[in-house]
Amino acid sequence: MQRRAIIAVLLENEAGVLSRVVGLFSQRGYNIESLTVAPTEDETLSRLTLTTVGDEAHIEQVIKHLYKIVDVFKVQDLAENEHIERELMLVKVRAVGAEREEIKRTADIFRGQIVDVTPETYTVQVVGPTDKLSAFLRALSGGRILEVVRSGASGISRGARVLGG
Amino acid sequence: MTERLSGGDMLIRALQDEGVEVVFGYPGGAALHIYDAIFRQQRIEHILVRHEQAATHMADGYARATGKPGVVLVTSGPGATNAITGIATAHMDSIPMVVISGQVPQDLIGTDAFQETDMIGVSRPVVKHSFVVKKAEDIPAIVRKAFLIATTGRPGPVVIDVPKDTTDPGVLAPYVYPEKVTLRAYNPAVRGNARQIRKAVEALLQARRPVIYAGGGVVQGNASAELRELARRLRLPVTMTLMGLGAYPGEDPQSLGMLGMHGTYEANLAMHESDLILAVGARFDDRVTNNPKKFCPDARIIHIDIDPSSISKIIPAHIPIVGDVRNVLGEMLQVVDAELPANPVNERARELWWHQIDGWRAENGLNHHLTPKPGRPILPQYAVQMLHKVTRGEAYVCSDVGQHQMFAAQYYRFAEPRRWINSGGLGTMGFGLPAAMGVQMAFPDATVACVTGEGSFMMNMQELSTCLQYGLPIKIMALNNQALGMVKQWQDMQYGGRHASSTYSDSLPDFKTIAEAFGHVGMRVDDAMQLEGALEEVFSPALRNKLVLLDVWVDREEHVYPMAIRGGSMKDLVLARAGEGKGGVED
Repeated sequence: MQRRAIIAVLLENEAGVLSRVVGLFSQRGYNIESLTVAPTEDETLSRLTLTTVGDEAHIEQVIKHLYKIVDVFKVQDLAENEHIERELMLVKVRAVGAEREEIKRTADIFRGQIVDVTPETYTVQVVGPTDKLSAFLRALSGGRILEVVRSGASGISRGARVLGG
Repeated sequence: MTERLSGGDMLIRALQDEGVEVVFGYPGGAALHIYDAIFRQQRIEHILVRHEQAATHMADGYARATGKPGVVLVTSGPGATNAITGIATAHMDSIPMVVISGQVPQDLIGTDAFQETDMIGVSRPVVKHSFVVKKAEDIPAIVRKAFLIATTGRPGPVVIDVPKDTTDPGVLAPYVYPEKVTLRAYNPAVRGNARQIRKAVEALLQARRPVIYAGGGVVQGNASAELRELARRLRLPVTMTLMGLGAYPGEDPQSLGMLGMHGTYEANLAMHESDLILAVGARFDDRVTNNPKKFCPDARIIHIDIDPSSISKIIPAHIPIVGDVRNVLGEMLQVVDAELPANPVNERARELWWHQIDGWRAENGLNHHLTPKPGRPILPQYAVQMLHKVTRGEAYVCSDVGQHQMFAAQYYRFAEPRRWINSGGLGTMGFGLPAAMGVQMAFPDATVACVTGEGSFMMNMQELSTCLQYGLPIKIMALNNQALGMVKQWQDMQYGGRHASSTYSDSLPDFKTIAEAFGHVGMRVDDAMQLEGALEEVFSPALRNKLVLLDVWVDREEHVYPMAIRGGSMKDLVLARAGEGKGGVED
C-alpha cells in the first residue's frame, strides 16, 4: 500500500552532503516530493526533511540507503508516529473589486495572513500541513492565482521524543 | 617537537603511517607536488601505469587478493575521469580502495581551469565516501578517515580530492597522524543480534532441504573458515555466487558450484527446491535470482549481511541478520554446538536431499573430464580445465568479462578464497590484465594467471609495457574466438543470429607478435591435442620470470551453458544449444 513518508534526516553540516542525499534519490529512482534543509541549533549539524511516497518496502529501502551515507547521523520517518508537520506557502493572487473581500475571508478560514497588498493583488501567507496548503489553493478557485511558492514540509515528533537524542 | 611538512609530504607520510607499500598511478600537473614527495622517499613504491583505468584495476586486484586496501594516485581532469570505471568496478564489488586525485588550485576551482573536473561530483554515485582537502594540516586526519571508511563495514572506494595549493612544498604545517579519528555518523554493524542468530540456527536444524548461498561478502569478510565449518557440521550443500567462488572448496562434494544465470544445474535446482536458504554476504543480484517473483517458492530465507540496505532489497528475508559475516557465522557455530545434542539434524531428510542433489548433478552437471579430439577446435571449457590441471588449482586466476569469465568460473574449481579475481557487479572488460598485475605486485612469487578473451584483452593491453617495466611474470591465457563471444551468444539466442557489431575476425592483430613487441613471450595454439603441452611450457620453470601470452584459438561457435531463461525461475535453464548434447559439451 502506498503512503506518504516524512523523513527527517540529521546530517553533518558540510559541503557536498546535500548532493549525496539528492544524488541517492536520482540514482536509485526514488521520488522526492519536497525537500527542505537548514542548520540546527548545533551548527555542525543540518536537518533535512524530505517527503516521498511509496509502499513500506520502498520507504524502508530509502531509510536504509540514507543511513548508508557516511555523513548521515540519524534518519526517522516522522509519519510513523504522532508528529507535527508544517509548511510555509506564499501565494500571490489577483484581487480586485469584490474578490478582495472574498480572498480575505478565505485566508482567514485557513488562518492565512495577507503579507503584501497592491491595488490589484494580495500576497497571502499560509502555514500548515501540506494538505491544508493544497486545500487553500483549491479554495482560491478560478484563475486568480498568479504565483505560488512553497517551502516543502518540515516536521517534528510530538512528545518528548527527539531526533538524534 | 612536532614535525613540519608540506601537504605533499604529509600525504605520503600519512600513507606510510597507514602501512601502504605500493601506489598505482599516473602523474600530471595537479599531482606533481605529490609525485615529488614520492620521489624523495623510499618506503612506498609507485607503479607507473599506462592508463589510469588500469591503475584502479591494479589496486583493486591487489585489494581482492590481499584484503588490504588498494591505493591509486591520479592527476586532475582526465586522470580523474579515467579512474572512474575502476572506482565503479570496486564499488559494485565492495572492494576497499583509496583514490587520491589531484585537483586544480582552490582559487581556480569553478573557473573551468585547465584539466579541471568536479571529481567529487563525477565520482559521487560510485564511491562509498569522498573528501576534499581544504588545507594541508587536515591531510593526516582525512587519510586516516578515508582508510577507516574504505576498509570497515561494507568496504568500498573512497576518493580524496587534493587541490594543488594544499600540497605546496613552500607551505609547511605541523604533521600529526591521529591514531584514532571519530566519525560520529559512521557506525557499521559488527555483531549480529543474538536472538536472530538463535532463530537462524533453529531454522537450519529443522530444515529438510537447506542450502547455503554464499556471496562475495564471505570472501571479503574473511569468513571462509567459519562457512566451511558450518557447512560440514550440518552437511549443508553450498552454492556460491560469481563473487563467492573459493569461499567453499570447489572440488568438495558439498560444493554445488556457482549458481545463477550461468550456474550449475544442481545449484540452481537446489535453490529452487529448497525449503531454507542461508544467504551469507550475498545480495540477490538479478543474475542470481532470475525473476524475483518466481524465486524459490518454498524457501524461507536467512540473510546475513553487513549492509542493512542489502537485506530485503530484492527478496524479503524471513530472518535478517545485520552484522559482520565472520562474527555472525562464528556465533552461529557456537549455538549449533549448544543445540545439536538436544536437537539433531534429521539425517533421513538430509540423506534424501543429498540423493536428490546428486541426482541432478549426475544428470546435468558440468563435465570436468573433457578430452580433446584430434581435428576438433579447442573447447574453451577444456582450456580452463587444463589450466586448472597444469596449475594444480593453486593459481590466482584473474579474468575479464564475457564467455571466458563464465567458463573460468565454472571450470576452475577454486580451493581457496581470494584466488578468483573478477569484475562481478560492474562487468568491466579490461579488468583482467591490470588486476593480475596488482595480484602479482602483492605476491611476487605466486602463480598469477589472467584468463581473458581477445576483446577484453584489447581494452587494456597497453599495460604489457608496465609489466615489462616492473617485471611482472603474469601468464595470460587468451581464449580467442575472434568475436565478442557473450554478445554473439545473446545475438544467437535472442536476435536470430544477427551478429551486430560483435565480430572483427578480419582485423585482429597477431597476439603472439604483440606480446613479443612489448618484450614478452608470445605463443599460439589452435590444436586441442597440443594445448596441455603448451600450458605446461607456459608454466614451466624456464619461463617462470617471463610474462607469457598464450593465444588459444577456441571454438568460435561455443556458448556458455547452462543459461537462465529470461523471466523464469531459477530452475528454468537452457542446458544446450538446440540439437546438441547437454551442456553444449560432449564427452
